[in-house]
Amino acid sequence: MKLQVASQLAVFSILELVAEPNRQITVADIGAKYGISTNHLAKVMNVLGRAGLVRSVRGAGGGFQFSGNARRTTLLDVIDLFEPRGVRAPETGEPGRHTAETVALGMVLREIDDTVRATLGSITIATLRDLANRQRAKAALAT
Amino acid sequence: MIRAAERRDVVEVTALDAQITGLPKPEHWMELFRRQRSGGGAPAGIFLVAAAPAEPERVLGFIVGEIRAWEFGSDPCGWVYALSVRPDARERGVGEALLEAIAGAFRQAGMGKMRTMVARDAILPMQFFRGEGLMAGPYIQLEKDL
Repeated sequence: MKLQVASQLAVFSILELVAEPNRQITVADIGAKYGISTNHLAKVMNVLGRAGLVRSVRGAGGGFQFSGNARRTTLLDVIDLFEPRGVRAPETGEPGRHTAETVALGMVLREIDDTVRATLGSITIATLRDLANRQRAKAALAT
Repeated sequence: MIRAAERRDVVEVTALDAQITGLPKPEHWMELFRRQRSGGGAPAGIFLVAAAPAEPERVLGFIVGEIRAWEFGSDPCGWVYALSVRPDARERGVGEALLEAIAGAFRQAGMGKMRTMVARDAILPMQFFRGEGLMAGPYIQLEKDL
């Protein structure tokens, strides 16, 4: 499975904000770390802001803060803001709309979609942060 | 505090489970209680309860697990079958303490892996186990209507 760039940036941005809850972080800070244009990031932050997951603080020293609950907000909550929904029924004009084969293929694709959504819905931002910290510790041990 | 379940705890465990699932299963919990082994060798069944030190007889939560070997081609590992915490005792680290205790028991018995199974739509338990570092394993559960 591959996430759209906007979804990845949203997740990375939230992790950055959660890591420093008492600091306002600018899109320039995040953009510099991940090598992405501030323009693109600003659009992502705008979507996250509308969803109530981040808030912006204006003025000197301003930036963004995470305004969700890291132990309750899941990857699915974030990714659903940017990704098209998974499996859908074939629309009028698409091949095989009313065939048993379409139903059978739909069952398999729904199984995949259900598994993906269950996985994303079970990983909170706090869990992902802990996972990243464990990876960091493991990498530090290996060097 | 976490301690091994005693016979008198089974009543409270049954009540707590019935409160959560809506289905009382006294024989089931008694059977799991009986599977505990004490003394020599690896424990086949592990049944632990959490209680507040001030009220050691009041069960705040429980966990049940077992060491199983070679099922589905799997190396011996510790399985967690059930974990439940009173709704009014949640968010206080009870579930985490129970899971750590059973993980310690599995580790002591020489196990290097702990597994459990969670319904896909059981969001809270799924998030709890994920939060404790459990990841999807190498098996996929399959089933068929009969």
